Amino acid sequence: MKVPLKWLKDYVDIDIPVDELARKLTLAGLEVSDIQVIGGSWDKVIVGQILAVNPHPNADRLRLATVDLGSRQITVVCGAPNLVVKDKIAFALVGARLIDGHTGKVEELKPAKIRGVVSEGMICAEKELGLSNNYEGILVLPQDYEIGRPLADYLGETVLDIDITPNRADCLSVMGIAREVAAITGHPFRMPDLAYEEGSKDVESYASVQIKDAELCPRYCATVIDGITIKPSPQWMQDRLAACGARPINNIVDVTNYVMLEFGQPLHSFDYRDIRGNTIIVRRAADGEVMYTLDEVERKLSSDILLIADAERAVAVAGIMGGLSSEVRDSTTTILLESANFSQAAIHRGSQQLKLSSEASARFEKGLNPELAMMAVKRATQLMAQLGGGKVARGIIDAYPGKKERKAIPVSEAEVKRILGMDIDGGKIKKSLESLGLQCKKGGKRTVLVEAPWWRNDINIPVDLVEEVARATGYENIPESVLSSALPIGESIPAVAFRRNLQDIMVGCGFQEIITYPLTSLEVLGRLSATSSVQAAEPLKMANAMSSELEYLRTSLRAGVLSTLARNQRSRENNIRLFEIAKVFIPRTKDLPVENEILCGLVDSVVPDIYWQQKSVPADFYFVKGVVETVLARLGVEAEYLPGNDATLNPAKCADVMSGSVKIGVIGEVHPAVLRQFDISETAFLFELDVDRLLKISSKPLVYKAVSRYPGTTRDIAVLLDADVEYRKIVEIVKSFNLVSDLQLFDLYVGEQVPPGKKSVAFRLTYQAVDRTLKDEEVDKVQKRILERLSKELGAVLR
Amino acid sequence: MTDQVEEVSLQANAELQKITSIEELESWRVHYLGRKSKLIGILRSLGNVPIDERRDLGARANQVKSSLEELYQARKEKIELSKHESLQRDKIDVTLPGQPYQLGRLHLTTRTIREICDIFAGMGFKVVEGPEVEWEYYNFEALNMPAEHPARDGFATLWVDYVSPDGGRPMLMRTHTSPVQIRTMEKEKPPIRVVAPGRVYRYEATDATHEWMFSQVEGLAVDRNITMADLKGTLFEFARRLFGQDRKCRFRCDYFPFVEPGVEVAIDCFMCGGKGCRLCSNSGWIEILGAGMVHPEVLRGCNIDPDVYSGFAFGMGVERIPILRYGIDDIRLFYGNDLRFLKQF
Repeated sequence: MKVPLKWLKDYVDIDIPVDELARKLTLAGLEVSDIQVIGGSWDKVIVGQILAVNPHPNADRLRLATVDLGSRQITVVCGAPNLVVKDKIAFALVGARLIDGHTGKVEELKPAKIRGVVSEGMICAEKELGLSNNYEGILVLPQDYEIGRPLADYLGETVLDIDITPNRADCLSVMGIAREVAAITGHPFRMPDLAYEEGSKDVESYASVQIKDAELCPRYCATVIDGITIKPSPQWMQDRLAACGARPINNIVDVTNYVMLEFGQPLHSFDYRDIRGNTIIVRRAADGEVMYTLDEVERKLSSDILLIADAERAVAVAGIMGGLSSEVRDSTTTILLESANFSQAAIHRGSQQLKLSSEASARFEKGLNPELAMMAVKRATQLMAQLGGGKVARGIIDAYPGKKERKAIPVSEAEVKRILGMDIDGGKIKKSLESLGLQCKKGGKRTVLVEAPWWRNDINIPVDLVEEVARATGYENIPESVLSSALPIGESIPAVAFRRNLQDIMVGCGFQEIITYPLTSLEVLGRLSATSSVQAAEPLKMANAMSSELEYLRTSLRAGVLSTLARNQRSRENNIRLFEIAKVFIPRTKDLPVENEILCGLVDSVVPDIYWQQKSVPADFYFVKGVVETVLARLGVEAEYLPGNDATLNPAKCADVMSGSVKIGVIGEVHPAVLRQFDISETAFLFELDVDRLLKISSKPLVYKAVSRYPGTTRDIAVLLDADVEYRKIVEIVKSFNLVSDLQLFDLYVGEQVPPGKKSVAFRLTYQAVDRTLKDEEVDKVQKRILERLSKELGAVLR
Repeated sequence: MTDQVEEVSLQANAELQKITSIEELESWRVHYLGRKSKLIGILRSLGNVPIDERRDLGARANQVKSSLEELYQARKEKIELSKHESLQRDKIDVTLPGQPYQLGRLHLTTRTIREICDIFAGMGFKVVEGPEVEWEYYNFEALNMPAEHPARDGFATLWVDYVSPDGGRPMLMRTHTSPVQIRTMEKEKPPIRVVAPGRVYRYEATDATHEWMFSQVEGLAVDRNITMADLKGTLFEFARRLFGQDRKCRFRCDYFPFVEPGVEVAIDCFMCGGKGCRLCSNSGWIEILGAGMVHPEVLRGCNIDPDVYSGFAFGMGVERIPILRYGIDDIRLFYGNDLRFLKQF
């Protein structure tokens, strides 16, 4: 809401600097986001009058203007086409700071010699003064401006730009702000005079009003003004409208806009000729009903939309926009002026359905009080008669089916203390509320009974009054205290600490955490499958997707992580290790989707940072498996890795991570076809762990195991096996012997030294007992049995 | 006996001169000064020596012993020193690069959320979470924003294409973390003190200052006699712990439908110190969060009697904090996941 300071001063005296006023308004909830000063740099611009216009001796396009400045006369060179003798103009003296018409930069005016003629000063265009972008001709001022006076006295203005919160529709008006200023500064609020002269013909003989739905239209006031002349409104009104960002049109339209800005009540003026049957009917539109609005757009209506109609057709969309058929035009002589109250929900719905909003709908949507309608219609009628020269019909039509009584609200000292945490006595509560225009009575012991004024729709319950007390007392005066209530029982949800731990482990493994968007497209999700098989369940879809790329809720983190790898490979990042811990969304028919938390990691296969001491090795399947093993070891989760099958992964290099019979994740090389889909040039390795499942498994209590005090013995074994025997078979056999405390693979060889189809596996066994030092013979015996089983079950031959 | 002492002394001295290694020195020590050595034997058997000889012999033997001990120490130091001298032969170039260690990092947002939650954890708040896909009821109605409420326009909403079997219950991407307040109050009885971090979503065209996905941390405290002074004390302390103890804080009236009274908390601009600059749009203040006393209707909706209990709630944007701290000029960098950006934090 833009509020010109001079206008504000019509209703309340302001004797504090504008910065201070802005600060106080901001603290009270009316945030001043900008202060715009018009004419702040016009200290050397004054009103002048053109006395004579003569040709320039050396230039056809330039002329010499002689200007009366009051104390003296001056002749300057001017190129404007609209120099007219006797016109009042804005004259800039040497040293004035003006905006250059071509560059738009602020320049100081210097004396100049133009085509041989000295020119000390300048007649200004609007653009040079910063009033508009108009640079076509000079600004012509009204004749009543006094010659020699600073221009700022007439056109200078300070405009406050105030952000109005949705609960304060009353402050979407200069008068509403003035009431707040009055409360803040302690000066009285002045209501403008609303009186006007009425004619003899009764308003009822012109028109009647029927409200079909009182819920949607609690009040409809109307007057008729006859014998109006349509013409431009006076300069002062145009200036104020312009300062508020409204475009002046003609005296009638300008009055409705002016009063809307002044009182906050939207108004509409109809050309009375076009109201058929002399009847205004407020009703819901019929489904499929059609009308043209003022912006010349054909609107298809529905029964959700409230209409103003005459006996035959729609003439306006209530509270949103007038109809083209009854528009005020130059030939209009009789005005039917509407000042009505519409339900906020109805206007909100209508505005959304039509995708049409206006200054009027913005106000109705936030909720206006019906009392406002009567005051505004009087003010607008007064101004129209004054500016249009018409005669006002006697009386005001006032259909008011929705009148509501407002109840007095109690607020006690105790309640103020309970909510604000500070002691304010009843007298002070009363005083602070009265400063805001609230009427207070004593309502029992230490309690004030408050009647909220009609314009404050937002005050309905005691705590609303507590806020008003806080505003009047000043939020800055509320004390600071420490929470002293009992500490709640219980602790943070386990998922938080668990995720934090996982993130830290991943960071420890050298991975960069990323966060990707959860919305994607079916096409991108489809790229995750090397085969063209369709996804099992259709992901959840947005009803109003922002774009087709952001239409579906992800069912996998993989796409986001793979896309991130691709993007960063393009920017030539090397040795990329990424992880994300986030939710995927699995639809359910009868409930919110399952939000399943997943850890997804991805590494590229680019050779890591070069190191001069040893050759760097690129990541491979076993690198990623090592990461998964590390994560699970840290979480105390035992897992098995079995050959897996996953549409995103290379079937030859893919493992399911199993905890017992539960699959908790996968590891694998990304399928070349998938890499191609994501535009990734080199092989990459991916893993995924189900965080929710991990949390369940790892929350088993940890039990201490005794550490052996007796030394262990190590033995190295190398065996020859068929190449396709899985390593885990060896582990299974070896680990079944109790005395084996550790098994480490140290060599795996396939090549010339072994027969074709065979591999050599070398590993180190550690034998250890908890209760004694093992004797060599004991170890030999066990090792012999191990070899026997390896030989019998796996066909192993000792090398 | 005296002769024996002198002999040991001579012999030991002579042998010591030839010793160059710690091992040799050690066996020398055992031989001449060890428990079974001749010298110690003599000292031990002094009791058997006639009284008139005992004094001189004892004195001399002790003298030799301590002299040998001194020589032993001196020799030991010399050998060790010479050993250290040989280290110089293996001198390395310390200016060569060290072994690279791949460093992982948390996302900037994760770090900031942790920082915020840790401060509140220190004030007795526990961390809770709620779903990112929500019912309209939790996102709006239960927060005192029924259908057509004007404040809803401030939350451009992404709706999920879903029709429940009973035809109602619209589903959406939560527009704020405030629904977690409601879910918490439905589950738990006062005293309640929670913070709820999480991702939120808006229907929004993106540019340098707008992003359709961002993060918030919500806070809620409900009990008997929780006041706005408590809210002020809690949030100002939070702001000082996050932005520095010498920051000034400001409480001003603001409006959110689910609180009454509502406030906005700002800190004095750390760029200009409150004088006014580009960062604070010349106001001298930087808004960091919105808050207020939980609206009685919200409490009532969760079966908490607003005449008995009161509470405060607050919410803040997470990305805004690093944006202010590090001068990040484009919010899209957060979830664009360019490593050249992420690796800076």
